[in-house]
Amino acid sequence: MNAPILSVRNLTVEYTTPAGAARAINDVSFDLAEGEFLAIVGESGCGKSTLLFAIAQLLSYPAETVAGSVFFKGVDLVSLSAEDLRRHRWRDISVVMQSAMNAFNPILTIEAQLADACRAHTDWNGKKIAARSAEVLGMVAIDAVHLKSYPFQLSGGMRQRAMIAMALLLEPKLVIMDEPTSALDVVAQRSLMRQVQTLRHELGFAVLFVTHDMSVVSHFSDRLAVMYAGEVVELGATRGVFDHPQHPYSQGLMDAFPSLVGDYRQLTGIPGAPPSLIAPPPGCHFADRCPCVFDECRVTKPDLIDKDGYEVRCHLVHRKANS
Amino acid sequence: MTEPLLQIQGLSRSFHVGGFRSRGVLHAVDEVNFDVNAGEIVALVGESGSGKSTIARVLAGIYRPSNGSIIFEGRPLTNRSNRSARGQMPMVFQDPFGSFNPVLRAAHGLLRSLALHCPELNAAQRKNEAVRLLEKVGLSPGADVLTRYPHELSGGQRQRLGFAQALSSHPSLIVADEPVSMLDVSIRIGLLNVMKELRDDEGVSMLYITHDLASARYVADRMVVLYAGMIVEEGRIDEVIRSPQHPYTRLLMATAPDPRLAPSDLGSDDLGEPPKVINPGPGCRFAPRCPLVSERCLVATPAMVQITPTQRAACIEAKAE
Repeated sequence: MNAPILSVRNLTVEYTTPAGAARAINDVSFDLAEGEFLAIVGESGCGKSTLLFAIAQLLSYPAETVAGSVFFKGVDLVSLSAEDLRRHRWRDISVVMQSAMNAFNPILTIEAQLADACRAHTDWNGKKIAARSAEVLGMVAIDAVHLKSYPFQLSGGMRQRAMIAMALLLEPKLVIMDEPTSALDVVAQRSLMRQVQTLRHELGFAVLFVTHDMSVVSHFSDRLAVMYAGEVVELGATRGVFDHPQHPYSQGLMDAFPSLVGDYRQLTGIPGAPPSLIAPPPGCHFADRCPCVFDECRVTKPDLIDKDGYEVRCHLVHRKANS
Repeated sequence: MTEPLLQIQGLSRSFHVGGFRSRGVLHAVDEVNFDVNAGEIVALVGESGSGKSTIARVLAGIYRPSNGSIIFEGRPLTNRSNRSARGQMPMVFQDPFGSFNPVLRAAHGLLRSLALHCPELNAAQRKNEAVRLLEKVGLSPGADVLTRYPHELSGGQRQRLGFAQALSSHPSLIVADEPVSMLDVSIRIGLLNVMKELRDDEGVSMLYITHDLASARYVADRMVVLYAGMIVEEGRIDEVIRSPQHPYTRLLMATAPDPRLAPSDLGSDDLGEPPKVINPGPGCRFAPRCPLVSERCLVATPAMVQITPTQRAACIEAKAE
């Protein structure tokens, strides 16, 4: 395995609210190797988008990184000044936002917006910028005539691909994607994922991909992290998590979507709602919704224990492993 | 056989596009025929741009049909239908965040609708009925939910409130336009189960508009597949899933994400999108994306082929069993 390009260590983020500090990210640690595709899944409010924003250092009040560090190529992004961060942004780390409908400026052409990113981060001349803009659009299978198009003239799928083209402008080593497929329908979603995969193999960038729909990434990511109430509860090779989910929450997620294959069965989803992040319960955060809860779960919090590179945070799993 | 609850016959809706002098006509929905029977959930499936939401809007009376007719409970829906017919066919919208007035409590829409559609109830009875409806869709305690503002409810809860509101006029058909697509995967199933319960317990029919075949299979009895404004396949859901006849239905099935499949079962690379059907020529509208395309496809629009008594497809390659 390659050396990690990104190391997140004990990252903790809190939101200031009138009722007290809400801990949206609690003590999250993981490594991302060069060229690796790590998917982060969880339901809304689990902190997955906050985690991405914290890694890209895009958080603003009332959110604040209260502890931990984010090492990118050995440099701790948390401690950098705004000016130093700016030098890393887009050249090293780029971000694809959730809704491409709103991420582009509606009154500027695609060309103008790509050029803007280039001018902010490079000293390229106009010719170089034009050539590179056409090149990245070509990578995502959009004809260069659309350089002159306004965002509303592109379909949803094309706009999302144009966002990805923009993220690849300066050949970053890490592309952060926040639910890029959630506004697309299934056909466009599948073709976008394939395109990301092809480009990743060609260009060798690493991907950090957040989604609430784990079926989207099932065939594409190398590793999968399942988040619940601000914490990583399971992290391992994607196929491993899909084939043998160990945490009851991951098992519930796996059982939450209907399938086109196999026999028809009644599904239940995961009833209940996540706990309050302002005053979380003392034990396991998932205890109240867990079908296999026992006494210990309500008293002590389970640790995230690493076994052969596969991490799980659950008393039940730990107990089975020890017996 | 009894008469279907809703019959859509030869429905077309086109829009004038382009500038003042433009002759562009966008055929959003073209010659669509299908029925919804009592106590049945019909899934209307297609990509964005396939015309499925246009059909919903015509049903809701937001657009007038350019052509064709809608027969609801044996009576044609005219341009200005009376309130009772509309009350019998409420809609549930896609966006749970945009479809409620943020400054009014949950009780407002429910009680107002009950006052309009059930004038025989007095205030106390209306409140009891509202609580019953909320608990029916899984929002309990109902009396507590009545006093909440929309921002105090989660997306899934708001969508359930949408169904409660739709139910308040004792409808025979609910038009649900992508009701789960903006919800988290973990709570989608709960809402789909509510839809099935409403069908089984209250006998409500539904037109479930979606692009997700897997959820359609889970909840619906029959399926209508739309492509570029035309029906390409229709049939009982198990039949269509077991033996899809139209290549577009097969494409939709291949792209449905399913972690239970091995990675080798991935479908083909398809970057196409449904065409904007402006001044369409003859021929099959799926031809440019179709793997089976032949010259005949480009000449005439394929006619519907009855595959089995309950399944039909509009493809020259489809054959009756």
